[in-house]
Amino acid sequence: MNPSGVTAVSAETALALYRTMRRIRRVEEAIVERYGEQRMRCPVHLCIGQEAVAAGVCQALEGDDQIVSGHRSHGHYLAKGGDLKAMMAEIYGKASGCSGGKGGSMHLIDRAAGFLGATPIVGGTIAMAVGVALAAKLRGETGIAVAFFGDAAVETGIFHESLNFAATHRLAVLLVCENNLYSVYSPLSVRQPEGRPIVALARGHGITADALDGNDAEAVHVAALDAVESLRAGDGPVFLEFATYRWREHCGPNLDNDIGYRAPEEFEAWLSRCPIATHRARLLNDHRVEEGVLGDLEEDIDKEVRDAFTFAEESAFPPAEEMSTEIYASESR
Amino acid sequence: MSRVITYAEAICEATDQCLAADANVYLMGLGVPDPKGVFGTTLGLKERHGARVMDMPTSENAMTGVAIGAAIVGMRPILTHQRLDFALLSIEQLVNQAAKFHYMFGGEASVPLVVRMVIGRGWGQGPQHSQSLQAWFAHVPGLKVVMPATAYDAKGLLIAAVEDDNPVIYLEHRWLHGTKGEVPEEPYRVPIGEARRLREGEDITLVGISYMTIEAMRAAEVLAGHGISAEVIDLRSLRPFDAETVIASVRRTGRLLVADTGGVTGGFGGEIVSQIVERAFDRLICPPRRIGLPDIPTPTSPALARHYYPRAGDIVTAVMEMLDRGPVAMPPADGPLDVPDPGFTGPF
Repeated sequence: MNPSGVTAVSAETALALYRTMRRIRRVEEAIVERYGEQRMRCPVHLCIGQEAVAAGVCQALEGDDQIVSGHRSHGHYLAKGGDLKAMMAEIYGKASGCSGGKGGSMHLIDRAAGFLGATPIVGGTIAMAVGVALAAKLRGETGIAVAFFGDAAVETGIFHESLNFAATHRLAVLLVCENNLYSVYSPLSVRQPEGRPIVALARGHGITADALDGNDAEAVHVAALDAVESLRAGDGPVFLEFATYRWREHCGPNLDNDIGYRAPEEFEAWLSRCPIATHRARLLNDHRVEEGVLGDLEEDIDKEVRDAFTFAEESAFPPAEEMSTEIYASESR
Repeated sequence: MSRVITYAEAICEATDQCLAADANVYLMGLGVPDPKGVFGTTLGLKERHGARVMDMPTSENAMTGVAIGAAIVGMRPILTHQRLDFALLSIEQLVNQAAKFHYMFGGEASVPLVVRMVIGRGWGQGPQHSQSLQAWFAHVPGLKVVMPATAYDAKGLLIAAVEDDNPVIYLEHRWLHGTKGEVPEEPYRVPIGEARRLREGEDITLVGISYMTIEAMRAAEVLAGHGISAEVIDLRSLRPFDAETVIASVRRTGRLLVADTGGVTGGFGGEIVSQIVERAFDRLICPPRRIGLPDIPTPTSPALARHYYPRAGDIVTAVMEMLDRGPVAMPPADGPLDVPDPGFTGPF
């Protein structure tokens, strides 16, 4: 997005974006390394390769802004400030997990951070973000709501119903589509018409929409800042489509290029456009950040991730009686 | 002097009082502010409560998700569907999301949501405008399901549902909207999960669900004329289900008949009978019976529908068989069989 090499954000912001992306990457690489131990006993949908969208968007948000996500939510949770230890404990099924061990990787939540919840029914949480925005409007509050979802979600009815309603009431909701080209193993070509870009669907609903490079953290961030400004001004919902790519298999820790649903050349091309490597080079060359600064930051992250895994492993499993608690909220107003 | 109003007016009054009491309550549904006001249940609310009373696009699933999102951040939405059949479009949000949120997030999020759905019978509503699928909802942990049969309970259960921190499915029968009863003007709550004994008896327990409670009461009156003393219990809530009240009654009467507005196969009557068989088998004098809909989609023609819906006469016939008594003649029905009362002339 910056062919001239002119940077769009401050060095401080650029460094923050790097830290967020590098932290997400390291967490998920550690999951990859240790998933085979069979101690993380739930499905994991890794976002390695897609970190720039989570980092760039969440960097533009404030504390009282709230986000929801889907099955591939680790990055969004961490970028919004979700507690890492609680996330890892959740994936390990421990009582200290963010959902008490009842949710696992697909059901993360951190209310204090404004991460309102992630659920793995594709498209299912988009309407909830719209509902959060409706609540804000009815109460006269200023916070905005963000929904993260993938390219398959735009094929669901609830996506179109949600956009129609958000546009009708000009709600302050940011709709973030991470287009990684595949729904599990099904490519876009068998799911959506050729020549009709996803962003056109949002425009068809009368919503301000743009399509951008989702592997350029600064471009993502700048677009998100513009969107947030427009949302806070009351100009109605904004839709951003980001082109990106999932490196690992749809679900699980492995690479899956051997099964033949995507071309090796395609994979290699996206690998060469690693959002973190690209951004790291920009930090060194354009923002003049010292190598040592990045090294220290990376060391800090590595230690934090190690500590989070240790916390998760050493935490206790929920006792048997926890199985039958919290089915209902017990308090009435 | 007690005040008598209709079931529909009781719903409207309960909604009005909930909207007035708590700025977090909002009401949304197709046709809510229109001149007919969802069978009269929402009339005047828009004028009194403004932006918190809303019409909506024909998007049942997303509007349920919108309500869930709003509920998670502290609103208390009431979502209204003019037919249960339309609400089936929102099963994903109700079953996967609303019912599970509190549990799967370890108590970190709750969904104080009321979803009103209208069920019914007759007047050619047919296969897609009248289904009684309460057993589906009652099957799902995390949901609560209530089915008031009287104007009093319509108001008290709705207020209790709005004040509950969980998703509550509130099923109202179209043939009950025009029924009248004593309803206090001040707000009050009917506890969710408590059945009510409407009539005391010694020979058999009749458990009614929603409108079938009315038919059960009619049957009990006819049976009394034949020297049979029937106890009538209005179930009111299906989840949680007040098994104790039913069991205590059957322990005295030794006989059980359940009259449900829904289908018999896989229906809620089967759950009630199962609980009785498991927990009061020794007191049963004869096998329990279920009255409900046959395994047939609802036909439209009145000539077919008259054979489809069970009525008080079917309950009476079953009870006479259970007591080894001969058949009795039912008093003739006053008026056509496909309307709740002669005053009902359609169109919906």
